[in-house]
Amino acid sequence: MHNVDLAVIGGGPAGLAAALAARRNGVDNILIIERDKELGGILQQCIHNGFGLHYFGEELTGPEYAERFIEMVREENIPYKTNTMVLDIQADRTITAVNSREGLLKIRAQAVILAMGCRERTRGAINIPGDRPAGIFTAGCAQRFVNMEGYLPGKKAVILGSGDIGLIMARRLTLEGVEVKMVCELMPYSGGLTRNIVQCLEDFNIPLKLSHTVVNIHGKDRLEGVTIAAVDENLQPIEGSEEYVECDTLLLSVGLIPENELSRGVGIALDPVTSGPVVDETMATSVEGIYACGNVVHVHDLVDYVTRESETAGYHAAEFIKNNNGASGSEVHRTIPGKGVRYIVPQRISNNSLLKGFKIFFRSDKVYVNARIAVRCGRQVLHSVKRQKISPGEMEILDLKPSHLENIEVSSLAENGLTIELEY
Amino acid sequence: MIFDVAVIGAGVTGALTARELSRFDLKICLLEREADVAMGTTKANSAIVHAGYDAKYGTLKGKLNVRGNVLMDQVTRELGVPFKRIGSLVLAFSDQDLLTLRKLYENGVKNGVPGLKLLDRHQVMQMEPNVSKKVKGALHAPTAGIVCPYELAAGAVENAVKNGTELKLECQVQDIKKIEGGFVLATSQGDIKARFVVNAAGLYADLLSAMVNGPEFQIRPRKGEYLLLDKSQGNVVNSVIFMPPTEKGKGILVTPTVDGNLLAGPTAVDVSDREDLSVTSSGMNQIIKRAKQMVPDIQFRDVVTSFAGLRATPDTGDFVIEASRKAKGFINAAGIESPGLTAAPAIAEYVLDLLRQQGLELKPKTDFNPVRKPLLRFSEMSDKEREELIRSNPMYGNIVCRCETVTEGEIVESIRRPAGARNLDAVKRRTRAGMGRCQGGFCTPRLVAILARELGIPAEEVTKKGKGSKILMGEKV
Repeated sequence: MHNVDLAVIGGGPAGLAAALAARRNGVDNILIIERDKELGGILQQCIHNGFGLHYFGEELTGPEYAERFIEMVREENIPYKTNTMVLDIQADRTITAVNSREGLLKIRAQAVILAMGCRERTRGAINIPGDRPAGIFTAGCAQRFVNMEGYLPGKKAVILGSGDIGLIMARRLTLEGVEVKMVCELMPYSGGLTRNIVQCLEDFNIPLKLSHTVVNIHGKDRLEGVTIAAVDENLQPIEGSEEYVECDTLLLSVGLIPENELSRGVGIALDPVTSGPVVDETMATSVEGIYACGNVVHVHDLVDYVTRESETAGYHAAEFIKNNNGASGSEVHRTIPGKGVRYIVPQRISNNSLLKGFKIFFRSDKVYVNARIAVRCGRQVLHSVKRQKISPGEMEILDLKPSHLENIEVSSLAENGLTIELEY
Repeated sequence: MIFDVAVIGAGVTGALTARELSRFDLKICLLEREADVAMGTTKANSAIVHAGYDAKYGTLKGKLNVRGNVLMDQVTRELGVPFKRIGSLVLAFSDQDLLTLRKLYENGVKNGVPGLKLLDRHQVMQMEPNVSKKVKGALHAPTAGIVCPYELAAGAVENAVKNGTELKLECQVQDIKKIEGGFVLATSQGDIKARFVVNAAGLYADLLSAMVNGPEFQIRPRKGEYLLLDKSQGNVVNSVIFMPPTEKGKGILVTPTVDGNLLAGPTAVDVSDREDLSVTSSGMNQIIKRAKQMVPDIQFRDVVTSFAGLRATPDTGDFVIEASRKAKGFINAAGIESPGLTAAPAIAEYVLDLLRQQGLELKPKTDFNPVRKPLLRFSEMSDKEREELIRSNPMYGNIVCRCETVTEGEIVESIRRPAGARNLDAVKRRTRAGMGRCQGGFCTPRLVAILARELGIPAEEVTKKGKGSKILMGEKV
C-alpha cells in the first residue's frame, strides 16, 4: 500500500491545476495518475490556438497551455504516473490502479480529486440509421489521428454536430486538404462558441446547416455518402427534404459526456442533467474527502474556466487534509435551476459560502436575447444582471459577492434553496 | 493437394462442423469469403440457446434444437466460451396468448424439452419483477440460455486449426465442379480440390448448392435489427423474455447478454439484398415499442449501438441438411435460421453422420485436443491473478480500451492466436475492445497502431472489417 495525502485522478488541465493549488495550500505528498503516455490530457491534441485568453491574458495553443502547467508541476516536484489507469476507488479513498511497469497499485489517499474529463457521444447514442462502414469517427478521435498520429481520416467529410470540436475539426481538415462539405446541426442554433463558427466555418466558406441531421449512412465497407434532411420543431426529419451527400468520412461532434464510471463505482451522487457529480462550492462531492473538477463535473467551453474551477477543488481538498480529514460541518443548501436554466454548478452551497461569496456556472436551455439573470431565495431577489444574449453553447458565470448574499436568511435558504432563473 | 473435406463458410455451423471433423484423421480446409470468421448470420443474432419448444415436432429444426441445447454445455466448456443457462419466459398478455403458450408447452413436451412450466401472473412477477404488470402468465423454459455466438464460432475455428484444419480467409468459392472422386472448387485464391464438400455458406448456401444440384431451394434473407444497451440496463431482466411467436419468427425479445449488456430485438423484414445490414429508424422504434410492452422500465437512452443481422431463411420451412442426390459427397447444411445457433453442435454431428453415409472414413486421431483456452479477460480477474499476469507479461498492465478494461496483452493475444484477428472489428469481437460506451472513440487510434505493429503493415492498411474498409486514407502531408 502506497500512502499519499492527495491523489489526483487525471493529468489533464483539471488535474494539473488542482494538484498545483493543493501544493500551494500546503499539501506535500501528492500523486497525479494519468492514463495516457504524457500529462496534458486532451489539450495535447488541440493544436489550434485560443486557449489561455482569460487565465494568462494571451493566446496559446492547447499543448502550450498544457506545457505551462506541466512545467509548474515539475518545478513543484509533484510526482505523477503516466500510462497508469485507475480501475477502482473505494469510499475509504483506497485506489486501485494498474500500469505495465509496476503492475497493480494500491494507493491510500486522505483526499481524492476526480479529474477524468469527458468522452464523446457516439453514433449509437444518437441512433443514426444506415450501414456500418469504416469512415465514421467521433471528432476527437479524428483529431487525435490527424494531430497526434499524423494520418488523415479521409478525403471528403461531412460533420454532424456543431460542438466546438466539430467546428475546430472542420477547419483542421480543410487545412489538411480534406474537402469538408458541410456541418449539420440538429438544433436551430450551434452548440459551439461564436468565435469558432466565424473562424472555423465562415472564414473557410463551410456551410453550417442548422436544423439538419444525418438520416442515413451509405456504404458497406467504406463510407460512400450520407443522406441529410431538415428537421421540424420537434427535431423530426421532414419528409421530402432529404439530400444525398457524397463523402468518405463522417465526423460526429454530437456532445460530450462526463466520464464518471469511477465516481459511480464509489457511490458518488450524480446530477442527471450534467452527468457529473453533485458538488458544493468547494467542489466537494457527496462522498467525504472526494472532490471533482473540470469536465468530469460538467462540460466546459473554455479550459481557462476548468483551471479556475480545479484550483478551487485543489485548495479545498488541501483544507480538508490539513483539518485532519474534517469536513466543514457547515449546513448545505440546494441551488435550483429556474425558468430557462438547464443546470447549475455547484448544485449545493454551504453556509460558509455566504460569507465568502462564490461563483455560479450555468447553461440556458435555449437561446435568449436581452434576458435578465435573476438570483433569488424564495421571493427575495438577491442579484440580477442583464445579458444581450444567453445561449446553451456558452457557459454563463455569475460571481456572487458577499454583498449580494448578506441579506439572505439561512432559514429561508434552507427552505427554498437558491434559484437562478432567466427573465425575458 | 486434395483435401478430404472442404467446409464452405466459417459461421458457427461451418466452424463446429470443421471442428468435429478435426477429431479424425482427415485433411480439412475451411473456406471463408470474409476477412474473419463468423461474419454473416453468426455475428448478429439474438445469441440465445433456445430450449426447443417452438420448432414444430417432427421437424429437423425441432430435433436438432433440443439435441444442440444438450450438447451446448460440453462444447462451450471445451472451447472456453461463456454460456449461461438463464432460462426463458414467453409472456402472455391476453387469453389468446395463454392458448398459444399452452400449444407451445405441448409442442415442447413432444420435442423432449425438459422442465417446461406454465406460470401464473404471480409466479412471473416473482421471477421477473420488471416485466409489465399487465402480464397474464408465461411459459418458463429453464434450459434456455445465452452464449456469445462469435466467440463460439471463433473458438471452434481456433480449435479446428490447432487440430490441423486449414483456414482460408477472403477465399470466395465461385464455382464447384464434380470430378471423379470429388470436387474442384474455383475460388478467389485458385482451385481447391476436395473429396467431400460441406456447404455451410449461410446466406449464399442456395447459390452454392445450385452449382452442384441445380436450383432446389432458395434462401430469402430476413433482416433483424437490434439495439444493444449499456451494462447499466443489463440487470433489468434475469432471463430471456419473449412475446408469443408469430409466423415470422419468435418476435422481439429482451435478454441480458453474456457480457452483461441488455439486447433488444430483432425485427423481421424480408429483404432482397444478401448484404443489407443497414439499420432503420422504423426498426429501432418498433424494437423500443415492443420491448417496452414487455419490460416498461428499460432506459433506451442507454443504447450503446444498433446493428442488424440477416437470417438465412429457406423457402422449405425447415433446415436443409442433406446429401446431394446428384453429386455424391456434397452435403448441404443450409437454411440455418433460428434456432441455428443452438442447433449448431447437433448439426455438426448430423453432417458427420451424412458424410459417413456418403463413404467418408472417420478414423479418430489420437492427438486430438478438444480444449481451447479462452482469451484471458483482465476485467474479470482477481487482483492476485492480475498481478501475476502483469509480472509474466507487462503488456497486460497496459489498458487500451478503458470502457471495457481491455489490456494490450489481450489484444495482442487475439491477433497472434491461430485463426486470429486481422482487423479492428475482429479484435473487437474477440476482446470487446471498442465495444463499450465510447464505441472506440478513445482506443481506435491505439488499436490501429497495435494491429499495424503485430501484422507488420503500415497503419493506413489496417481495416475495419477486411478489404475496402480501410480506416485511414493516407499520411498527413
